[in-house]
Amino acid sequence: MALAAETDRPPSPPPPTRAGRSRLTWSRTRRKALPYVLLLPAVCFELLVHIVPMLVGIWISFKQLTVFFIRNWSTAPNIGLGNYRFALNFHEAVGQSLLHSFYVTLGFTVLVVALSWLLGTGAAVLMQNPFRGRGALRTYFLVPYALPAYTATITWEFMFQRDHGAVNQIIVRDLHLTSHLPFWLIGGNSFAALVITAVWRTWPFAFLVVTAGMQSIPTDLYEAAAVDGAGVWQCIRKITLPSLRPVNQVLVLVLFLWNFNDFSTPFVLFGNVAPTQANLLSLQIYDTSFQTWNFGTGSAMSVLLLLFLLVVTAVYLLITNRGRRGADA
Amino acid sequence: MPDKPVTAAAAPAPRRRPTAPPRSFLWTRRICLTLLAAFTALPLYVMITSSLKPLVDVQAAFRWIPSRLTLSPYVDIWSTVPLAHYFENSAIVASSSTAISVVVAIFAAYAVSRYRFFGRQAFKVAVLSTQMFPGILFLLPLFLIFVNIGNATGIELSTTRLGLIVTYLTFTLPFSVWLLVGYLDSIPRELDEAAAVDGSGPISTLLRIVVPAARPGIITVAVYTFMTAWGEVLFASVMTNDASRTLAVGLRDYASENDVYWNQIMAASLVVSVPVVVGFLLLQRYLVAGLTAGSVK
Repeated sequence: MALAAETDRPPSPPPPTRAGRSRLTWSRTRRKALPYVLLLPAVCFELLVHIVPMLVGIWISFKQLTVFFIRNWSTAPNIGLGNYRFALNFHEAVGQSLLHSFYVTLGFTVLVVALSWLLGTGAAVLMQNPFRGRGALRTYFLVPYALPAYTATITWEFMFQRDHGAVNQIIVRDLHLTSHLPFWLIGGNSFAALVITAVWRTWPFAFLVVTAGMQSIPTDLYEAAAVDGAGVWQCIRKITLPSLRPVNQVLVLVLFLWNFNDFSTPFVLFGNVAPTQANLLSLQIYDTSFQTWNFGTGSAMSVLLLLFLLVVTAVYLLITNRGRRGADA
Repeated sequence: MPDKPVTAAAAPAPRRRPTAPPRSFLWTRRICLTLLAAFTALPLYVMITSSLKPLVDVQAAFRWIPSRLTLSPYVDIWSTVPLAHYFENSAIVASSSTAISVVVAIFAAYAVSRYRFFGRQAFKVAVLSTQMFPGILFLLPLFLIFVNIGNATGIELSTTRLGLIVTYLTFTLPFSVWLLVGYLDSIPRELDEAAAVDGSGPISTLLRIVVPAARPGIITVAVYTFMTAWGEVLFASVMTNDASRTLAVGLRDYASENDVYWNQIMAASLVVSVPVVVGFLLLQRYLVAGLTAGSVK
């Protein structure tokens, strides 16, 4: 190698002898090293913002890191699995609220993913055949997705106000569905408010992805089905949905992960402390860490959240891949 | 663009579209799409009309048709809270993290797209998986690391724009890499090979051939990354103070103990949203193509 480097020095016409061959090996090594050089900045940043924080996070989840140690957190005492035991002790307040917010998050996620998928797929199917104004309508449906998350959510917060919100105007004063003005941002209704807001922001993405996925379905499939006398519904069930399966597998996973980790919707809708009925996990971890300044427990909760998501993703990928392989066979 | 009717050579295709949808389907379509359009419109309508109402009107029961319109919320938003300052913070943080991540991602994506090397798959998996990790997982440790760096060196990161830029890389970088790999994969290799035959080195091929060819993709990734950073709430709510507050957190300041200036909040929301929504709609075609290419693949 050293020899190659030395002989490489004269840039004058490449000698066709042994020196030429070593020059070749040198350039081959350089070519081999090149991708790593190109990756170097990305890897450095990944280390800085992902790998190191993750290791630190796991490390502090074993520490009794409270507000007393915040200035010098490396000196916080080691408590082994104490934080995990504390977070998972469902007889105590912290463990109970963690378990509760886990259920709330699960319900929230399942509902939002299901509704967003239904609305998105429904709209995409209905808009599959061209009609006047289709392009404009497609663009328009994407506006909720383009809006910054907090401006959309803050508008919903305004609409859910009890006395001067648009939602109560519709259901109480316009439609007379109830006689009293319900609260939306506290109590049991807050869960519904959270789901509605999230669905409003999420379904356009499902629409977008399904629309794109449908463009790869060959039109002759539908024409052949029409010749065979298949109706609209049969076409959807026998052609559209099966063709969309790979797209849907990715879409559902992405929607699940997004909503399970959602922080901005409850945070903007309710402020620092959400009503218990709508307390999502991210907000719960945030509270534990930055409101009660219990970073050790907060980290333990984040690690548990990550483990849960990894397991769910792995199982999901395993199931869907097996299903796909089975369908191919 | 109407779908081209696929006409088999044998059949003369007497009707343009053999699958004329039944009437019931047309009505279902009309009703469903109208309802969806109304659902989509509701907050937009409320946002726009409320931003034009005087304070007393947004503090009363909601009215569909405003009794009077005023532009004063649009004037007052700038003085009630330092909105221009928040705007500046958001713009600097979002554009800096976008610029850093796109530049870094171009090199990484080129390597992943054009070379087969040991660790390539591992890198791809790492990038993809960090994209799905919850932000809160990185928030805490980064906050603590920043506090430590501040103690040791005096460089304050936990509440400054610089710190926020770094934390935003947690989501802008994997996202940019992922989308750009997709774009570069779609650029024909023959272009690079032709350049290589002409004696161009890999780096100059990247800068002179691949980057210009990928320009629409790069712009798309940049716009999309910027949008995500512009709308970020979690890091902004922890890693900022009065001086570095971004719009995501700053809009809360319109609520004082006595009054919530809903008309001004709506006006500010509109002002804050317009740049990104316009950008999105202008680039919609490319954004959608890039995004779906990344997520559908």
